Amino acid sequence: MKNVQKSKRANRSLPFFFKDEFKVSFVIIFVSLILLVTTFTFDVVPPILNRGIQPATFPKALLILIIAMTLIIYYLATKNPWKIKKKLPKSFFLTLFSFILFVIVSKTLDFFLAISALSIFVSYYWGEKRLFYLLLVGIIFPIIVFVFFETILGLRFPPGIITNIYYS
Amino acid sequence: MDNLLLMLAPLFSSKLLLVLFFGTLFGLILGVLPGLGPTTGGALILPFTMTLDPLSAIVLLTSIYCAGTYGGAITAVLINTPGTPAAAATCLDGYPLAQKGEAGRALGMATVSSTVGGIFSVAILVFFAPILAQLAYEFGQPEYFALAIFGLTMLASIGEGSPIKNLIAGAFGILISTVGKDFMTSIDRFTFGINELTEGIGFIPVVVGLFAMSEMLTQSTLINQVFNRIALKAIKLPSKDDYKKTWKTILRSSGIGSFIGVLPAEGGTVASLIGYSEAKRFSKNPEEFGKGSIEGIAGAEAANNAATGGAMVPTLALGIPGSATTAVILTGLIIHGVRPGPDLFREQPDFLYGIFGAMLIANILFFIFGFFGAKIFARITLVPNKILWPMIFAVSVCGTYSLNQSIIDVWIMLFFGVAGFFMRRYGFSVVPVIIGLILGELVEGTLRQSLVIFDGNWLMFLTRPIALTFFILSLIALAFPLIRSGKIKKKL
Repeated sequence: MKNVQKSKRANRSLPFFFKDEFKVSFVIIFVSLILLVTTFTFDVVPPILNRGIQPATFPKALLILIIAMTLIIYYLATKNPWKIKKKLPKSFFLTLFSFILFVIVSKTLDFFLAISALSIFVSYYWGEKRLFYLLLVGIIFPIIVFVFFETILGLRFPPGIITNIYYS
Repeated sequence: MDNLLLMLAPLFSSKLLLVLFFGTLFGLILGVLPGLGPTTGGALILPFTMTLDPLSAIVLLTSIYCAGTYGGAITAVLINTPGTPAAAATCLDGYPLAQKGEAGRALGMATVSSTVGGIFSVAILVFFAPILAQLAYEFGQPEYFALAIFGLTMLASIGEGSPIKNLIAGAFGILISTVGKDFMTSIDRFTFGINELTEGIGFIPVVVGLFAMSEMLTQSTLINQVFNRIALKAIKLPSKDDYKKTWKTILRSSGIGSFIGVLPAEGGTVASLIGYSEAKRFSKNPEEFGKGSIEGIAGAEAANNAATGGAMVPTLALGIPGSATTAVILTGLIIHGVRPGPDLFREQPDFLYGIFGAMLIANILFFIFGFFGAKIFARITLVPNKILWPMIFAVSVCGTYSLNQSIIDVWIMLFFGVAGFFMRRYGFSVVPVIIGLILGELVEGTLRQSLVIFDGNWLMFLTRPIALTFFILSLIALAFPLIRSGKIKKKL
């Protein structure tokens, strides 16, 4: 209880733009505004095809609702500040980075290689240093999954360096 | 009578029995592993169900649902970490009792009360789903719109966390459903010139992202966490004294769980919390709660498993999911060309009663598996996260890719993984996003069709008694948290 009060006090002392409630509300409203502007670029259908409302009306209403509710959240947070969250550890950012790495490798090199690279990378940085287990999660298991999906579901994975060798 | 006989059909089909056996086993494993659960597991297995006939596919998903909900209790009792969110209340008394050297007794009570709750809810499902389906014949487009709005407001009101944040999450889910070609006019919306988005954003990438990938990111922040696992010798059936103490609690929680399950909310999670608090309120020994009360375990576990059958009522009768996992089951039904709703009850009773029967058998099967195999399932928690999660990643990526063979789906999954992580970090539940996504088309479609019927006059909604009732109930649902917080402040 004391800790909660302490963290709330600490949160009050921060400038408003450093507070989580401001950052979260800002991101939601900013993204919603961009999407709201986008809705104005939607095609308008002639009245004869218009079923009840224009295609843009419903998303517009939703976005306005989201913005309004976010403002309410922010207003309530000024009265009752959120608890300060612990800083995210390095392992989180490395895992997040591995997601980006996955997207790049799967797009440029190979889908299988991307899964393999991410699995080894994550497993290693989460503390697994034994070679056998790294090979298990990075190579043996993805191969099992690939073969399983291919044979059971008849799936064809996107072309790439390793996948092409497998298919040829 | 004929329908009851149809319920026994799974018992006479070796294929269905095999599906039930593996579904229950897989569900238990998913339930035991913290961070996974029936929702993620169901979503991951959905592509595999394409190789099965519709009944087998849904039987597989429902058995995962029932067993996964129970499986969470094993981890809750032994390592004080709920295997599924629905088992959070079980930790409160299960772990303290296990610390006293009575892990077998705690798990025995969890197993018995889960089974009773589950079977009770199947009875509710068999009785109420056809009645609700019959009522749904009176529903037109305006009524369905009002019902969907009621569902979303209930989700915001009694779901976990802040109601306004839940409403934002629900609206976000509906917004995602608007991506792609407008289903009435074929106008592109939020596609940003990406061809793959014209078909819209699929349900599976969003579910796997919001549940599995966001959990992977959460686990990345906990890699130094050490679990103290309590050794389990064997599960013990509750004693006569335990039954005497808890039978009323089990029945009450079964009723509460089934009722909460019917309402579109977070199903078992909310049910177990209410079941637990009601068990405490009615208990002769409320001071024992939190210190290893057997009634606390019974109250929470009976309620969360009772919510499974309850949540299937609106899913099958109206096509409106009662929880995140039933949203996955609903997707499974749609993928297999089965349209839930009143017509399903009239045209395919054998299919429906097959599902009811399968749920009943799944509850009995997880009792047997849990009773004889809890010790083995408990060992699954020993698999370290640094090995488990990269494997889950591989399955998630391939599972998501397999549905449409689209790499964009995999990227969407990763995007929602990151979004889900930050949503959960700042107190936004991800369940309303899933429900919003699945109800989105219904909400927009019925609204637009209603406006065509009403010639654009919004006030005409108020002339429809059923729709008006749902709107009033929605207002009450929205006002409920305010009244509740007002009462709490007064008490303070």
